[in-house]
Amino acid sequence: MTELTNLTVAQIRDGHRAGDFSAVEVAEAFSANVAGAKALNAFIVETPEHALAAAKTADADRAAGTLKPLSGVPIGMKDLFCTNGVQTTAASHMLEGFIPRYESTVSQKLWDAGAGMLGKLNLDQFAMGSSNETSYFGNVISPWKRKDGGNAALAPGGSSGGSSTAIAARLCPAATGTDTGGSIRQPAAFTGISGIKPTYGRCSRWGIVAFASSLDQAGPMARDVRDCAIMLENMAGFDPKDATSLDMAVPNWEAALSSDLKGKTVGIPKEYRLEGIDPDIDAMWDAGIAMLKDAGADVVEISLPHTKYALPAYYIIAPAEASSNLARYDGVRYGLRDLPDGAGLQDMYAATRADGFGAEVKRRIMIGTYVLSAGFYDAYYTQAQKVRTLIARDFEQAFASCDVILAPTAPSAAFGLGEKMADPLAMYLNDVFAVPASLAGLPAMSVPAALNREGLPLGLQIIGKAFDEQGVLNAGLAIEERAGFTARAEKWW
Amino acid sequence: MTIDQATVRKIASLARIAISDAEAAAMEGELNGILGWVEQLGEVDVAGVEPMTAVIPNTLRLRDDVIDADPLTGGNRRDDVLANAPAAMHGFFGVPKVIE
Repeated sequence: MTELTNLTVAQIRDGHRAGDFSAVEVAEAFSANVAGAKALNAFIVETPEHALAAAKTADADRAAGTLKPLSGVPIGMKDLFCTNGVQTTAASHMLEGFIPRYESTVSQKLWDAGAGMLGKLNLDQFAMGSSNETSYFGNVISPWKRKDGGNAALAPGGSSGGSSTAIAARLCPAATGTDTGGSIRQPAAFTGISGIKPTYGRCSRWGIVAFASSLDQAGPMARDVRDCAIMLENMAGFDPKDATSLDMAVPNWEAALSSDLKGKTVGIPKEYRLEGIDPDIDAMWDAGIAMLKDAGADVVEISLPHTKYALPAYYIIAPAEASSNLARYDGVRYGLRDLPDGAGLQDMYAATRADGFGAEVKRRIMIGTYVLSAGFYDAYYTQAQKVRTLIARDFEQAFASCDVILAPTAPSAAFGLGEKMADPLAMYLNDVFAVPASLAGLPAMSVPAALNREGLPLGLQIIGKAFDEQGVLNAGLAIEERAGFTARAEKWW
Repeated sequence: MTIDQATVRKIASLARIAISDAEAAAMEGELNGILGWVEQLGEVDVAGVEPMTAVIPNTLRLRDDVIDADPLTGGNRRDDVLANAPAAMHGFFGVPKVIE
């Protein structure tokens, strides 16, 4: 029998249903991998007991004939989702020891579907970062190594770096992620796995620690496109507790998967051809275009003229929203309190926030506070929101002549830990291809497409029309079937 | 537009984050780098363009005016609300003295 931890979500579901193995065996196998991978630092809290309890229920449900969509499947939960009775930190000192008394809508849906939790996954602090180096609980290390004989520790991407590492290292078959400006897609690309950010509003934000509310969107990360479809079906859905939740039925994405793209048109945005970009990235992109043609699609060049302004607009809008959202951490209601001797209320706020937030979080709160302050609001924030309108309009106009857009997910393969931490701007630029779709609220996914000359994975991104996750998944599947990406990191941990 | 250390300290005060002089000095360079970079947005012609308010068109819903319709987000959950407070006392959030 295949090693259980090499199975995909669909294989676990179907194999469990068929009686090939018990859910308890699966949960124990993955929990053993989690326990044996401390060197990767992918988990902040391990919860083998949660996974085991769900597995026992799944085995009993199988005997009773009452199996659910994810019965027997243990998953990882990004530590940005509030979990009832289990510490939820957003990888911050501020929330260290915070134990929610409620469950986020998305995680509740997954448990209701029969999934079990292997643990809470590490991430960039408050989801702010592209390399998982801003976590208060230490860096997550990618399982991948360059094939140059060196031993440099590589970034798993961010912010969902615990999720990407855990899946790539076979510590869980799937995990939740959240994507504000690429935080699902970029880590997926860096670690050779798949991940989809659905249309803004598909997944409820209720119970997810807020970063930038107009951008934050949960989505699944997994080894392949089918698993992403299965997970997303069990995460999405209307929630009256989230004012921006979409009141729409959840399609049966898995059942409608089809890699036949006849009659579909794929747009290639000319502005994404960056001068001086790694030739391996361009080669992968060209190979992806050929794969989609082979699947029957027509390919056209499109223009997204405001692309170069997406990142600067994002770095006004996201920090502005963050500065507002993170005002809640005041040392009064939950989380850390730092009360210096003789301090008053204002000093307590300032000391608590100085101690509880990391450098990148402070930087973004400061930027956000500045761009929203009297006298600067129109010049920065209003201007950025107008540019955001233009970016969304670019996509609308492009989708008049195509069904999906194909682009690289990131401008490079995984970089080494520490390589970009000294220069915030260099780090931000890593999200250049991911941020435009976030600003427009569109569904977008990354699928592994190739290895670069250093033996590191590269991802292709598919961006779709609002609500057309199916089109995105189908194009992703067409690439997956043709790319034949089977490489995995050699175990060193 | 560049900001000086006095402005950095003012922003930090508005954001209720205590910073040392050394941190203010370091942040002056970082913030100026980022702000200088985002200023390229000024090049974009936005005449007649409305600022975005909702990324996906959606309508604001009204719920029925029913108390505790959702028990999870309704009332009577004092102990749950206080469970994570760093200094809960007598059923309230505790704070340092705010009046003399």
